This record gives sequence, C-alpha cells and structure tokens, in this order.
Amino acid sequence: MGIISRGFQGRRRGSDGRLPPGQYLVHDFPVLSAGPTPRVPLDRWEFTIDTEDGRRHRWSWQDLMKLPSETPTVDIHCVTKWSKLDTAWQGVSLDVLFEEVESAAEYALIHSYGGYTTNLPVEDLLDGKAWLAYRYDGDDLAPEHGGPARLLVPHVYFWKSAKWVRGIRLLDEDEPGFWETAGYHNYGDPWREQRYEGD
Amino acid sequence: MTDDHLDGNALAGPLREIFAVDMTAAVGRCAGCGLTGPLATLHVYGPGPGFTARCPGCEEVVLRVVRGPDAAWLDLRGAVSLRIPLTDAEPS
Repeated sequence: MGIISRGFQGRRRGSDGRLPPGQYLVHDFPVLSAGPTPRVPLDRWEFTIDTEDGRRHRWSWQDLMKLPSETPTVDIHCVTKWSKLDTAWQGVSLDVLFEEVESAAEYALIHSYGGYTTNLPVEDLLDGKAWLAYRYDGDDLAPEHGGPARLLVPHVYFWKSAKWVRGIRLLDEDEPGFWETAGYHNYGDPWREQRYEGD
Repeated sequence: MTDDHLDGNALAGPLREIFAVDMTAAVGRCAGCGLTGPLATLHVYGPGPGFTARCPGCEEVVLRVVRGPDAAWLDLRGAVSLRIPLTDAEPS
C-alpha cells in the first residue's frame, strides 16, 4: 500500500511522466555513501583520462576552470528509488574533455578519490549526455555530494554519476565497477528499471 | 573526512538472513592492514545501495552486502578469514 500511494503522490505533484517506474519524488537531496568523504584540496586535484594504449591526458583544477562550461538542468534517479527533478548543475561536458583524446575503446571505468569505481559504455559519456560537474544549485559542489567535482550522467541511475571523480580508464573490455560487482545492473537504465543483475 | 558511518552491529540484520548465527561477533582479519576484530567494530556505510563495511584501521572494504528483491549478494573481499563462535560440537 505504501508503495502504491507514494507513486500516486508523485504523479499528482505534476511530474508529467518524468518519474521512471518504481521511483518516488523527493525535494531534499539524500546523501548515500559507501565510504568516508574524501577531502581533496584543489591544488592537488587532478582529472585523468587513460586510453587503452596507455596514453594519459591530465587536467588540473586550473585547467578545468579554463574550459567552457555548461549549466544542465536535469532529472536524477537513484536506484534506491528516489528521483529529484530539475536539478541545476554547472560543469564541463565530457565531449570537451574527449576532444583531445584519441581512442577506439568502447568501455569506460570511472574511478574516484576514495576508491569508488563505476563502468559505462563510452558512448554514454559523449554527445551531450555527461558532464564533469563542480557546481550545484548555484554553489560549489559540497563534499558530501561529490565535490570538488563529480560525474553527472543523468540518463542512468545516479550511482553511475561517481562522486569525487578522479579519472576515466578507457578499455577494450568492459570491467564492472563497485556496485556492478555486488548485484547491481551493469548498465542501469531507470526507464527499463535495470536495478539488479538480470533485470 | 567525515565520520558518518554506522557501527558493525548494523550488519546483524542483513547477515542474519544469510547465516545461521549472529555474525557481528565473528572475528575477522583485514586483508588490507591485518587488523583483527569482531565485525561489530567495522565502519558500516549504507543501507543504500548496499551495506559497505570498512576496516576501522585502514578504511579498506572488508565486506559488502546487497539485498535485492529475491537474492542477496555477499562480498567478503577484505576478510582473510572469519572466526565464527559456535556452541560445542556434539561428540562423535
């Protein structure tokens, strides 16, 4: 009964078909973590993309700030069933970072300060679908939400939007990440409700 | 670093579903740093998307438990072994 009434409430609030199946709306911003929050000083922060043939591309925080940014407003969907609509971010499109990267790899393993990992096909990171986000709702991204910078890939469940992101390894073979090796779905499309392995 | 974790007693429920005895009293050895102690002393993050239990010494992941609708996934990657207290075995 609880599940039915929560979903019903979500629709009545005017989410206009923007809630994927099984999700309910929240207006706060829940914090989920699998470990202590890393504190990364900006003068030691870096972001790297490693290609499948071992070439490393590296950006310092200053490098990142010089790149053109975008201000995506997107709906986000957590696999634990909350969704939040119209979240406002600022960050650099991964298309910009990948401009200088030569690679034919199809898979990406995203890794974070603190050791978290998550995997996605490279095509899900390109063509305006993913950002390296460093501001949320007009403020610097708070450490508990992944600051100084997190990945933002809103078309898949939010565990793919790695907090405290440190880099991307491009791979010829898919390699499952932290939650993908513990029962969660390898891809995680909220519209197909791909929560767990086998969904 | 923030310290917003639970203690290992939070594992009692999810592990009770899987094991026949209370696992929070089981003594494990961290594969990362060698620290030994009962699971109740682990630093536990969760419950969602799953329970992640870390060594209080080195913060490496000792174990993870994910409860899906019809299965649980248990990852004991960071426990060298677990000493599980049991009652006396019946003499054979």
